[in-house]
Amino acid sequence: MDVSRRIVLHFPPNITGQPVVYRLVKDFGLTFNLLKASVSPGEEGLLVMELSGEQKNYDKGIKYLTETGVEIQSLSQDVVRDESRCTHCGACITICPTEAFSLEPRTREVLFDHNKCVVCGLCVKACPPRAMILHF
Amino acid sequence: MAKTIAGINEKIRKGKAVVVTAEEVINIAKEKGISRAAEEIDVVTTGTFSPMCGSGAFFNVGHSRPRIKLGGGKVYLNDVPVYTGIAAVDIFLGATALPDDDPKNKFYPGEFNYGGGHVIEEMVAGKDIRLTATAYGTDCYPRKKLETLINIKDINEAILFNFRNAYQNYNVAVNLSDKVIYTYMGVLKPSLGNANYSTAGQLSPLLNDPYYKTIGVGTKIFLGGGIGYVAWHGTQHNPTALRGDNGVPRRGAGTLAVIGDLKQMKPEWLVGTSMLGYGCTLTVGIGIPIPILSEEILRYTMVSDAGILAPVVDYSEAYPQMKPDILGEVSYADLKSGRIKVQGKDVLTASLSSYPKAVGIASILKKWIEEGEFLLTEPVALLPGVESGITFKPLKERPIGE
Repeated sequence: MDVSRRIVLHFPPNITGQPVVYRLVKDFGLTFNLLKASVSPGEEGLLVMELSGEQKNYDKGIKYLTETGVEIQSLSQDVVRDESRCTHCGACITICPTEAFSLEPRTREVLFDHNKCVVCGLCVKACPPRAMILHF
Repeated sequence: MAKTIAGINEKIRKGKAVVVTAEEVINIAKEKGISRAAEEIDVVTTGTFSPMCGSGAFFNVGHSRPRIKLGGGKVYLNDVPVYTGIAAVDIFLGATALPDDDPKNKFYPGEFNYGGGHVIEEMVAGKDIRLTATAYGTDCYPRKKLETLINIKDINEAILFNFRNAYQNYNVAVNLSDKVIYTYMGVLKPSLGNANYSTAGQLSPLLNDPYYKTIGVGTKIFLGGGIGYVAWHGTQHNPTALRGDNGVPRRGAGTLAVIGDLKQMKPEWLVGTSMLGYGCTLTVGIGIPIPILSEEILRYTMVSDAGILAPVVDYSEAYPQMKPDILGEVSYADLKSGRIKVQGKDVLTASLSSYPKAVGIASILKKWIEEGEFLLTEPVALLPGVESGITFKPLKERPIGE
């Protein structure tokens, strides 16, 4: 069974020099979609990613991360749409880098596919009625 | 027998008027044939829901005890400044007004989360609004300071007066530069990264009456969820703009000034709007009924997205520098397909005007008329047409002498 989860990884300063993500891919066959990264040598690092793969490999990968000293949190940040404010204009459609917004061809209403959203936040300020909200 | 507005109103009163939307009429008239459709259909309803900066509202807040002369003073509604250069307790709030302490584009691009349009939306929603004022004081208006909550249901008048709305056609905005630009046409990505447009196309009021044969001063309309009227032609009204063989302008052309009692409008159809890096505005819902008095008028309402062309304009250089260059023309059918070709490149399109809301407005207006609640009015004066020779002039700058 495949799983796909959005996680936040905190790297202690002593392991920011290690190719941790490479090992996730190479040793456990996992795929990742990087949502946010802040890594500087010698400082604590932060990676936000969507990690996907077979459940047993995913579990092994997480075990590996924990053993290496990486602290793991599930992603609590999320972009949601306030349906009462959305006017279905469509300004968000070409702004979103992952094509999470699309038009329903018949009604021309704007659909928001939450699963495609990578929480980059670009739509939040580009939405004219401010219907997209970043939750922490 | 030629149809008249009085005759159509008679049918509306009896609940017998045949009303269709500007979207529905396209196929109905094709199926029935123009002459039969012109006989059967009484009214075609249109709709548009777009950011319209030429919007604002007058308020008469009533006289305090003792009196204060707001006129000539400084007045804020929820920290948004209003215009006071009028009578003692009348003020005008513009849709694009911003709080004095808004950083604007000092931190670029500015967010512009709250401005005049948002105050209007909250006012219409029935929320209490903070009025703060300072005045210079006179013998008859001695008070110099006022801080109070006001509510739309308590004040004497709240009048929406939009001096330029419902643009007849508009630019398609793109960006040829190599950096992101933030415009009133939305965020434009570099190197033709996207194309934004902003009219309802085949549903838009003035695109269905291209020569202003029925829409004139005094025409009763759907405005912000309530009833309004066309007050005048809007500013920048440009009837002599380039037109296609079907009469439909291929550039921004006619505009409307509209007015109505804000107290009976709804926040759903007047939405405070923020354009990143540009400013605040008000998104306005307008619907206009077109009486089908002749085959010619019906034919105009049959216009479809494929028959409406709009110019593609570079907002990184041509627009700001007032250069007339366009990058070509595209139809609304092209725009609504999701991609257009500009300079040989496929460009994804997005709208700033809500088509589902425009459909909603045309449908509500249709229902009002079918149910006999909304009668049509005869315009008391027509809008300036092609024959007026009116054009949209740039500012001629002249040095101010010593």
